[in-house]
Amino acid sequence: MSDFVEFTGPAGSRGRGRYLSWPGLGLAVPGLALAALAPAALPGPGWLSLLAFAVGLGLAYAGLVRLGRGVFGGSFDLMFWLCLAWLVVLVSAAVLAPMLPLGEYHDIAKTIDAPAMAPPALFSEHPLGTNNFGLDLLARVLYGARASLLVSIGAVAIGMAVGGAIGILAGYFRRLTDTAVGVATNSLLAVPPLILLIALGTVLEPNLRNIAIALSLLALPSMIRMARAATLTFAQREFVLAATAMGASRWRVMGRELLPNVLLPLASYGMVIVSVLIVAEASLSFLGLGIQAPDPSWGNMIAEGEGNAFQDHPHIVLVPGVTLFLTVFAFNLIGEKARKRWDPRQAKL
Amino acid sequence: MARGVLRRLAEIAVVLVVVSVGTFALVDLTPGDPAIAVLGEGHPPEEYAALRDEMGLGDPFLVRYGRWLGAALHGDLGTSLIPPNSDVAERIAAALPVSAEVAVLGLVMALVVSIPLAMWSAYHADGRVDRVVSAGTFGVLSVPSFLAGLLIIMVFSNQLGWFPRAEWVRLGEGLGGNLYHAFLPALTIALAETAMFTRILRGDLITTLQEDFILAAKAKGMSPVRVLFSDALRPSSFSLITLLGISLGRLIGSTVIVEYLFALPGMGTLIIGSADKGDFPMVQGAVLVVALIYVLANALIDLSYGYLDPRIRRAHV
Amino acid sequence: MSQRPHAPARPPGGSAPLLVVEDLRTEIRTPRGNLKAVDGVSLTLDAGETLGLVGESGSGKSVLGRTVMGLYTTGPAMTVSGRVLIDGADVHALGDAGRRELWGAGVGMVFQDPMTALNPVKKVGVHLTESLRRHGGLSRAAARARAEELLRLVGIPEPARRLGQYPHELSGGMRQRVVIAMALANEPKLLIADEPTTALDVTVQKQILDLLGRLQDELGMAITLISHNLQVVAGRADRVAVMYAGRIVELAGADVLFAAPRHPYTEALLASVPRLGRPPHSRLEAIDGAPPDMVAPTEGCRFAPRCRYAREDCHRVPPVLAPEAAGGRARAFACHHPVRPVVAGGS
Repeated sequence: MSDFVEFTGPAGSRGRGRYLSWPGLGLAVPGLALAALAPAALPGPGWLSLLAFAVGLGLAYAGLVRLGRGVFGGSFDLMFWLCLAWLVVLVSAAVLAPMLPLGEYHDIAKTIDAPAMAPPALFSEHPLGTNNFGLDLLARVLYGARASLLVSIGAVAIGMAVGGAIGILAGYFRRLTDTAVGVATNSLLAVPPLILLIALGTVLEPNLRNIAIALSLLALPSMIRMARAATLTFAQREFVLAATAMGASRWRVMGRELLPNVLLPLASYGMVIVSVLIVAEASLSFLGLGIQAPDPSWGNMIAEGEGNAFQDHPHIVLVPGVTLFLTVFAFNLIGEKARKRWDPRQAKL
Repeated sequence: MARGVLRRLAEIAVVLVVVSVGTFALVDLTPGDPAIAVLGEGHPPEEYAALRDEMGLGDPFLVRYGRWLGAALHGDLGTSLIPPNSDVAERIAAALPVSAEVAVLGLVMALVVSIPLAMWSAYHADGRVDRVVSAGTFGVLSVPSFLAGLLIIMVFSNQLGWFPRAEWVRLGEGLGGNLYHAFLPALTIALAETAMFTRILRGDLITTLQEDFILAAKAKGMSPVRVLFSDALRPSSFSLITLLGISLGRLIGSTVIVEYLFALPGMGTLIIGSADKGDFPMVQGAVLVVALIYVLANALIDLSYGYLDPRIRRAHV
Repeated sequence: MSQRPHAPARPPGGSAPLLVVEDLRTEIRTPRGNLKAVDGVSLTLDAGETLGLVGESGSGKSVLGRTVMGLYTTGPAMTVSGRVLIDGADVHALGDAGRRELWGAGVGMVFQDPMTALNPVKKVGVHLTESLRRHGGLSRAAARARAEELLRLVGIPEPARRLGQYPHELSGGMRQRVVIAMALANEPKLLIADEPTTALDVTVQKQILDLLGRLQDELGMAITLISHNLQVVAGRADRVAVMYAGRIVELAGADVLFAAPRHPYTEALLASVPRLGRPPHSRLEAIDGAPPDMVAPTEGCRFAPRCRYAREDCHRVPPVLAPEAAGGRARAFACHHPVRPVVAGGS
């Protein structure tokens, strides 16, 4: 995956960029306007307003790219900043969700009066519509984000801590420890990820902690392998040998000398695998084995739209679906960029 | 080479033993009484006791494991806990072909689409088509397979009504009907695989196309198609095989989800259904079989390098 | 900036030359701008003649070879202008299909590194037969027999067995022989040999060059021998073209050029080569400075910044490749203040 979507064209010089920025603005403003107005204002069949929306977005994007290059220089990567902005907005909204003036996300008893299956209407009480119990979709998406992000990032953290520790031990002590860890890692990898999750889902109580632990098992093998490989390299370096020669204990060598060097590749891999774990959690919840309704998660929200609900009320699927897609996309794009920049060895698995 | 194979086989055996222990230990991981988990609460105590007996929970772990493994090696994976208590091995034997067919079909579709697409992209690298393909495949990779499946059902079965949903025609009941019903599930599986294959193969081909031997082949007057297939693709086919290995896990995962979505009577539906009901023997048996297939397939892929790359082949002899 | 197209004198026979290159330019697109790899080159080559093309790495000689062959054409990555006629056919006007008819049949190419010029997963036999079957329309068996013959021709022992082997099973010298056999498969009239010996051991280098010479005599083809090494060209080329920064700076008969270089760059190149017959411990002179930036070259003579004879006008006015006024056969150089043709190299 060395190649990557480069939306940036041939890099123009700064001077040329400035020249480009005015037409950029001219493109971006009507584009945004068209995209914003299309769903609401345009009469006619749904596909027409959808088309207008897409065209508007395309125009706005092209305009913003030129504007950005004009202002920030030729290497400006709009997509990267858009992704970053999306994640920042999503994370802050998820963190602040209890404080935001959102509709009811959870308690069906409170939504008896609320309209069920209300379609999205931006300036109404339910900007993204409601589900069949009248629960507010915006609120559910944000509380779902809390669950998804908490579980996935928690799983990455567990994977990094446990996998890093095991990997360093295996790489430092070699011999029997290494062999045992190798067998354990291979065995974990011998079960396809989703099958492993489902099998664990059979026996574990589906709460956030257990799901995070189960997901961390997916990240664990790669973390162990990377930490082990990095340890093997660094353990031969002079500074480690020097520390050993000066009488540092083995634990001190591992903690003070090896750990800081192992952490960087693990962290950059963590960025990449977050999106994999978000998808895994969503899949599990979609299958009904993860986070259980009425607690929202993007997976079980999408599952609500299975069958005919999707046909009659597409927003039931599209609201969590698009959110999930954008989040995964953003993590993938940023992770890829981070990997390219900080991990020249392109460590995989 | 023979020694390498033996070593690999030993590794596989060890891994499979560990996996089987892990799978069997699932029951012991259950918080609380497995019997309650299966039957639910509110049954007379005798029923729980009978079930515990049936599950052999009274014996020590190793004894139970030995008994289970011994039977499993003879093809007996026990019986389901859920009425009608059908034979686990039989159910798996019936479900496996469905999964295999859908997965293989999806894989073939992915290869058929991605190889030409990657070639075109690589041959016209940085061209218009290439940019669209790069962006498109990146986008597709960010769509989880269950979401892609839902959208495909929405468009092709609900809106257009071209394909049925939640029906399955066995291969024995006619090839046409079988393929017709397998098409949408396979398409769903193929989507992400296509994107992945195209991206990796494209990058690989671009590197290969810069090799001198490509220029040398052109300088002999060979046609672009011949250069691409005969000179560029073959060296790249190794990475394609590596890719198959890497994507196998995801492939199995998306097959499970697709079966669930399209209600196909395959392994995925079997595992999810049993997991939902806490039917341990069924989950254990199915997980063991899937892991076995997965491990063996990966080992085969490893071994196939030696036969495909003449440099490695000679090195081992 | 343009140089006047220059056509050296025709051979006495008066027949049209096999290769005519007229004001050829190859610009490679880079993020920094267009790189003028070949910048207005004109030359001719007669049937059976050997032209040595010499220059530092980066002087554009390989790009020239590939553009002459038509492997580099105008496309997303580069722009080509000018004309190349091989045996009367305009290579760049032929179109892809026409060029493919020409390649491997009328003109063959030998590449620098035999390690990379052969596809590692294809057998030696396939490398040879695919070209034979493509152009000669030979049957599988006939192509195989001919391939065996070719391997014998390039001096590979046990040719029948070699056909079934993979490139990595052969030594570097053997591989280069295979590459040559591949280029010669259909007895082309023109062979472009791009640094054919650079990647080889010194002992093997001579064998390969001798082989090329022998094959030229047997098959009567013309050769363009591209090299950064004057010694490779010495004694093998009839004429030598010296390239610097995308242009030919001097073009002359080999004996004349080696005896009395007129362009300061040629002189400097010759001075940087160790030669027999010089007093022991005499200094080898390196050329100071670095080759020019080919994206934004200087206005005047491109060698001027490194030239010890450069005067004020050299930095302003680009010199034109012009035949020597006194006029021997085919001698031309592009210099305002040429080296005096009295004694060369003596101290």
